[in-house]
Amino acid sequence: MITSTHYLVLGAILALIGTVGVLTRRNVVVILMSIELILNAANLNLVAFARELNQIQGQVFAVFIIAIAVAEASVGLGILIALFRNKETVDAGEIDLLKW
Amino acid sequence: MLDAAFFYAFALLAVTGAVLTVTRRNAVHSAIWLIVSLLGVAGLFLLAQAEFLFAVQIVLYVGGIMVLFLFVIMLVNLDRAMKESQFSKQWPVALAVAALAGFGLTAVFRKAGAVLPPMASPAEQGNTQWLAQVLFRQYLLPFELASVVLLVAMVGAVLMARKKEGARS
Repeated sequence: MITSTHYLVLGAILALIGTVGVLTRRNVVVILMSIELILNAANLNLVAFARELNQIQGQVFAVFIIAIAVAEASVGLGILIALFRNKETVDAGEIDLLKW
Repeated sequence: MLDAAFFYAFALLAVTGAVLTVTRRNAVHSAIWLIVSLLGVAGLFLLAQAEFLFAVQIVLYVGGIMVLFLFVIMLVNLDRAMKESQFSKQWPVALAVAALAGFGLTAVFRKAGAVLPPMASPAEQGNTQWLAQVLFRQYLLPFELASVVLLVAMVGAVLMARKKEGARS
């Protein structure tokens, strides 16, 4: 019997993998992909709760999260292209203009 | 029983894809594995009776966002980045932070895991119809706001990726 707990544990695992990716990778493209993983894990939780409570609101919020994820990915990749044009790198460690 | 088999199959797909996304050296491989992970999550949406989100996940994420990612990977030259170390120097700290978060989540599940009841019976109404009714009645204002966010993101993305002409921005 698959309960909501299964979905929540899976969501937690995916979110943790995404967190590790965001924190450890140096390639900005992969960092953006890891953020997508985290957002997907959040969606999984929302859908599981929507199913458990037999309400649709969770799925509505998942739709909103997907919209925000699209906006985030497009702006992030736009920034990445601008960054690559200026600094010729996709390494997050080399973006240190605001560091002193 | 069949439910459980499908759940574990999709969960395995999602987790394997996620791990390989984070660990692959080549960004294109990462993107391909991210597609696998997203497809696994899409299957889980289907199992949780979110048919509309299943379709949105495949059409929008796999069809839209991932193509965008692959385009950008092709646009930026990643040959040099591939030869360098893929993980930042602070990776032990990062792993420690992630492990701490994992411990916190495990503690929460140990406390609350048994409380969560099994899933409710499926709804009689169609999923997409129900979602549309709630989305366009109860959540009409957030829906419109989301469209404004998307418009701003579109303008921002164009502005960021645009080539600068002369000295003026």
